[in-house]
Amino acid sequence: MKKILILGLFVLATIGVNAQAYKVGDEAKDFKLKNVDGKHISLADYKDAKGFIVIFTCNHCPFSVAYEDRIIEIDKKYKSKGYPVIAINPNDPELYESDSFDNMIKRSKEKSFTFPYLIDETQEVFKRYGATKTPHVFILSNNSGKYTVEYIGAIDNNYKDASEVTSRYVDNAVDALLQNKKPEITSTKAIGCGIKTKG
Amino acid sequence: MKIRLQLLLFLALLLSIKLAEAQEIKTYNFNELEPIFHHQNDTTYVINFWAMWCKPCVEELPEFEDIRKDYSNQKVKVILISLDFGKNVTDRLTKFLERKDIHARVILLDDPDADSWIGKVDKNWDGALPATVIYKKDIREVFTRQISYDELAKSIDNLNKKMN
Repeated sequence: MKKILILGLFVLATIGVNAQAYKVGDEAKDFKLKNVDGKHISLADYKDAKGFIVIFTCNHCPFSVAYEDRIIEIDKKYKSKGYPVIAINPNDPELYESDSFDNMIKRSKEKSFTFPYLIDETQEVFKRYGATKTPHVFILSNNSGKYTVEYIGAIDNNYKDASEVTSRYVDNAVDALLQNKKPEITSTKAIGCGIKTKG
Repeated sequence: MKIRLQLLLFLALLLSIKLAEAQEIKTYNFNELEPIFHHQNDTTYVINFWAMWCKPCVEELPEFEDIRKDYSNQKVKVILISLDFGKNVTDRLTKFLERKDIHARVILLDDPDADSWIGKVDKNWDGALPATVIYKKDIREVFTRQISYDELAKSIDNLNKKMN
């Protein structure tokens, strides 16, 4: 009986997580998370942003590291056009010391991140978004504080080698949105490190 | 002098045994790998996606090794697909497997266009590591998280029951 109850709770918990995961077209909620500079950041702080490139990423994951320079490039290219990158580390640092807040500060300095690098301390934001790995991208459009999910997935089609990329999913999606069009590709599957959580 | 020579020969022998034990790790792209997800025979395939730097993946490796050993008298094949990349990756993998005493077959998947193949592994897998596919003919089960020995064993036993 106890087993069935536990199983039931587990199933409910799983459904709960899935039900929360955003799909393309859903309205995304804002968040308030601590940045590496100690300040808290929300999407609402960006009054002029046409949208956001929210990227769940982290320090420890080689797939994330392989994409760091490309994330910086994307931010440089699109921030001025109204689509800044917001990077969020969703991992529980107790499970991965290299993803601690101090190590996030260190990494953002080493790589001179041009974008905020936020810590999802309560691990609620990644669950609400339905991020499952790092890196995992959610592109949001901003219509006077109403955030719509426009794209979910990978950054491009070559995790190993930026020079071999032939499809820039994020660039293409943002370019389309900047022309008031819907992205041609709205979702892709990305390889990545499963997000580390205790519960 | 003679003793030294003998010692040297002995060490050389030891080394050659060690080298013979180490498996040669093949590198495939997804097209080359894909048939292993669709064998239509009476073997149960346990296929795990992992990487050396992935903590939960490394934690569960011994469970796969134990399954391989405990089911060696049944038609069960354990295949570990590494997604590691970088310099001297096959050398690093070989040493890692030796150190961890893992003898299951390991294949290196080098196919960086991940969106093109993640869905072909299973529609329920979204690309997060670790992940495990267990199948026999057309019945398959996918675990998109760390898995335990008991879960593996249960899944294999269930497949065998269903197919017999």
